[in-house]
Amino acid sequence: MTMQNTDQSRRKFLGTSAAAVAGVTIAPGVLLHTPAQARPVDQPATSAQRWGILIDTNQCDAGCNDCVTACQSENGWGSNETKSSPEQQAEWIRKVELKDPNTGYKQSLPVMCQHCETPPCVDVCPTGASMKRADGIVLVDKHICIGCRYCMMACPYKARSFIHETLTDQKTVAPRGKGTVESCTMCVHRVDDGGTPACVEACPGKNGKAMVFGDLNDPNSEISQRLKQYGGKQIRADLGLNPGVRYQGI
Amino acid sequence: MSFRRSIAGLPLIMAGLLALPLSTQAGDPPQVAKGKGDACVEPTDVMRRDHMDFLMHQRDDTMRQGIRTKKYSLNECLECHVQPDESGEVARIDSPDHFCSTCHTYAAVKVDCFECHSDLPKSMNKAAYKHKLTGDDMHHAGIQHEDISKGMLDAIVAGGESK
Ligand code: HEC
Ligand code: HEC
Ligand code: HEC
Repeated sequence: MTMQNTDQSRRKFLGTSAAAVAGVTIAPGVLLHTPAQARPVDQPATSAQRWGILIDTNQCDAGCNDCVTACQSENGWGSNETKSSPEQQAEWIRKVELKDPNTGYKQSLPVMCQHCETPPCVDVCPTGASMKRADGIVLVDKHICIGCRYCMMACPYKARSFIHETLTDQKTVAPRGKGTVESCTMCVHRVDDGGTPACVEACPGKNGKAMVFGDLNDPNSEISQRLKQYGGKQIRADLGLNPGVRYQGI
Repeated sequence: MSFRRSIAGLPLIMAGLLALPLSTQAGDPPQVAKGKGDACVEPTDVMRRDHMDFLMHQRDDTMRQGIRTKKYSLNECLECHVQPDESGEVARIDSPDHFCSTCHTYAAVKVDCFECHSDLPKSMNKAAYKHKLTGDDMHHAGIQHEDISKGMLDAIVAGGESK
């Protein structure tokens, strides 16, 4: 696929179709998006939503690390684990480069917690700390995490990290501490506020964003529209975990 | 964390607390700084007695269900109760002058909350945290993971289409 052109028209298509289906056109070119509606703060998350992220690897620049640095500055990991070895240091999201050995064709993509519908990390947790929220976001309830790390072993995506040292100056929005496991929270504090994960917000893409966040349960959301039109792949779909993070172009 | 306060221990500790103003042997009662605003989220005597229950309840509601009401939010407590003094200094959690340490130090209560939670209100939290996001130590650059990810992602292409 020649992605640059495809993607231009894809954007146009999505713009108009979304307007026709669900959007409210305030002024020409201004679209009121449905997914940005925040749930009232006193209401629990429900399964009416299922949050997901779609990553278009054709738009993902190999030299770009913006999603990773945005996650680090939002959640405060990466620079305050000073005593841990590189293998031990936290890693909520990483850039992965794929190379086809036959053609030399390279692709770059971010990998983080895939927010599975049937998460193995939740199955193996002995305390109930590893959990899936009603809206599909997979989290560690660190208050009851005992640091056994079964979940890290169960995760096929290597998405979780363990904190090996005493931390200081954590972010208010992302409490983190020694002896507990952590991973991408899909920026749950932002999502609960009607916002978008920091990585998605920061993604410049090559020719348009490589990351889209939205509600997989809402057929009119941009993410669902894109998936419907162009499909999307799950990493290790053979495991049948039905991740909330989907990829295009791989 | 966390253990509920044992019912047996409670009257003892509470008796100690109530005796504070009268006690001469236990040393000076802690001087608790007054919070911002006129009143706490519950009457002061209720807060003194029950703040831990409010916090624990809120903790589970937020963590497990995404309920983010402000009333009993730990972050909101800090917003009102942790403020710089006249010289612009802010007491951190390891000092008995931090609001959440004053009584706890006095009553020998140890809470682990601030091993993870910031001890500063959000408004001050940004400044206190120094970023070091660029430089040679960016061990997160993707290339180091090529080996791991190659095997893992090989399966991707063979994998099926999503729903
Ligand atoms: C091992 C790390 C850890 C420890 C220790 C910890 N927390 Fe948390 N806490 C978290 C995380 C992670 C969240 C989720 C933050 C979010 O989603 O916004 C959280 C959220 C909360 C919330 C909801 C957010 C808010 O500010 O209202 C409350 C209340 C809370 N914790 C109370 C406590 C109390 C009280 C203690 C001590 C008894 C404690 N926590 C100890 C990690 C921890
Ligand atoms: C709107 C600002 C505000 C918020 C939010 C707030 N407080 Fe308070 N708090 C106050 C004020 C003001 C007082 C002092 C009231 C008085 O003098 O009677 C107080 C008093 C207290 C006291 C009694 C202190 C003493 O003098 O013995 C405790 C304990 C307390 N707060 C805990 C908390 C906790 C825990 C939270 C979070 C769940 C919280 N507060 C949130 C303003 C606040
Ligand atoms: C007025 C004095 C006072 C202040 C101020 C105070 N505490 Fe407490 N707190 C206590 C006492 C006394 C206990 C022990 C009560 C018991 O064991 O029955 C306690 C217990 C707790 C517990 C339960 C500990 C456990 O192991 O069960 C938590 C959690 C807690 N406090 C959090 C806080 C936080 C967070 C703040 C700051 C926002 C705070 N407290 C400020 C007096 C205070």
